[in-house]
Amino acid sequence: MTDLLKYAIELVAVLLLALGIKGLSKVRSARGANQLAAVAMGLAVLGLLLNYLGTSGISIAAWAWIIAGTLVGGVLGAITAQRVPMTSMPETVALFNGCGGMSSLLVALAAALYPAALDAAGPVAVVSIVVSVFVGAITFTGSIVAMAKLQGWLSTPAWMQSKARHAVNIALAVASLVGAVEMLRSADSGTGLWLLVVASGLLGIGVTLPIGGADMPVVISLLNSYSGVAAAAAGFVVGSQLLIVAGAMVGAAGLILTQVMCNGMNRSLVSVLFGGALGATAAKGGGGGEYTNITSCSVEECALTLEAAERVVIVPGYGLAVAQAQHTLREVTRVLESAGIDVAYAIHPVAGRMPGHMNVLLAEADVPYEQLQEMDQINPEFPATDVVLVLGANDVVNPQAKNDPDSPLYGMPVLDVQDARTVFVVKRGMSAGYSGIKNDLFELANTSMLFGDAKKVLGDLLVELKDLGLGKK
Amino acid sequence: MFVEFLWVLLLGSLLGLELIGKVPPTLHTPLMSGANAISGITVLAALTAIIKAGDNTVLLLLGSVSLGFALFNVIGGFLVTDRMLAMFSRKPARKENR
Repeated sequence: MTDLLKYAIELVAVLLLALGIKGLSKVRSARGANQLAAVAMGLAVLGLLLNYLGTSGISIAAWAWIIAGTLVGGVLGAITAQRVPMTSMPETVALFNGCGGMSSLLVALAAALYPAALDAAGPVAVVSIVVSVFVGAITFTGSIVAMAKLQGWLSTPAWMQSKARHAVNIALAVASLVGAVEMLRSADSGTGLWLLVVASGLLGIGVTLPIGGADMPVVISLLNSYSGVAAAAAGFVVGSQLLIVAGAMVGAAGLILTQVMCNGMNRSLVSVLFGGALGATAAKGGGGGEYTNITSCSVEECALTLEAAERVVIVPGYGLAVAQAQHTLREVTRVLESAGIDVAYAIHPVAGRMPGHMNVLLAEADVPYEQLQEMDQINPEFPATDVVLVLGANDVVNPQAKNDPDSPLYGMPVLDVQDARTVFVVKRGMSAGYSGIKNDLFELANTSMLFGDAKKVLGDLLVELKDLGLGKK
Repeated sequence: MFVEFLWVLLLGSLLGLELIGKVPPTLHTPLMSGANAISGITVLAALTAIIKAGDNTVLLLLGSVSLGFALFNVIGGFLVTDRMLAMFSRKPARKENR
């Protein structure tokens, strides 16, 4: 009877999780789907507890440790989720993800140390433990390094950019393998286990550390996929089919998302993982060098041009997110709209720091969803656009990607902003973008630079526009 | 038993590939975050370890810490995803472009 109940609950949980992931792919149903997945998770936990209550029982000591773990993890998670600003979403996902990997690692560690208690003896169990430890450790250290790099706490040491890192990483991989073989050879080999834990942990660091900031979201997405694999492996360790299904689904989903992100940046997964930072090779490619023909202009001129425009397209980028200027931007566009000017936002697939991140930031600032246009939709519309305002975006508006076959960016899909009548680029200075490549757009005759922090420039722009009499009802 | 598990793994992977085949780029970040929360399903493994630990304190401790990490992932992940999606659904009656 209890078995039947257990299977029924597990089945419903899997169904709800699948529906949850499915629903997350549509804007209208996404929020409900997320809640559905949360309910499914709760149901799965409840089912597991009920099952053990009905069979072996749960001791008082076990309850105490369960409650302790739940309180600490749950409360910290809830606080983090509420406090973290939307701009640091990639770091947050990396942190959560690393903790998921750590959890799988610890369970596998427990099973390896006390195989009798968890029925984890025999070669199949050992292989599952090896996979769970290996992937879990890489996920944990890799995610933490990714988070630290995105937060600016860590930068890549010089030797990590050299070819020597490949030798180091291969050595670490071999050490992990030796540890795994040792564990298979003798069931109670502590040496093999610890070698595996340490080597795979270091491997996670060694693989992630050389990767440049621009590629970091891809890595986070990949690590997200890994944490699913680690969970599935933990499912093999403790013999839970529900864990295996859920882990496999997340693993597959993460892989697809990673591929999508790579396509958006015209990078192959292999070059992201083994190519190191793009900036290191950029100098050899075409299009390097100094800017010669830059036109800069004042906020006042920009305001006057905007006032005369009929159609304005905003191109938001990473710089806007860093400056936290999305709310000021929304104020500016409100003023423009009230003057009868048509406003749209051109969203490059990898605008911001992850695919879809810019949409989240703009939604936070109350930008109507209909105004957000994807690249393929808006590119044909640029010739009919009067003014394009590029805010902290760089590589995604570089015409080199279309015109210069020698450029490292060549082939990357970009926004054709140069087709518009006038382009204003708001930028802190003439530094290069993530890729370290010169942007030909800045030298075009119809481009003017507005130097300064995006938030400050937009604030000044707002004042100028209001001085011109816009935005009064 | 093992073969059965392999089938489950295979079918689960295929399901995952199929489920998120078509997602608008807008939702990639929330999807990543939501999927990440689901990967915290290792709570189940952590709970199993605690319950089966008996009076083995090391095992109890390992399980409990593992549970903490997993729940940090689950609760934080779902809440932060909800926060993101709440921004999208604030204004009703919108059309999906893709």
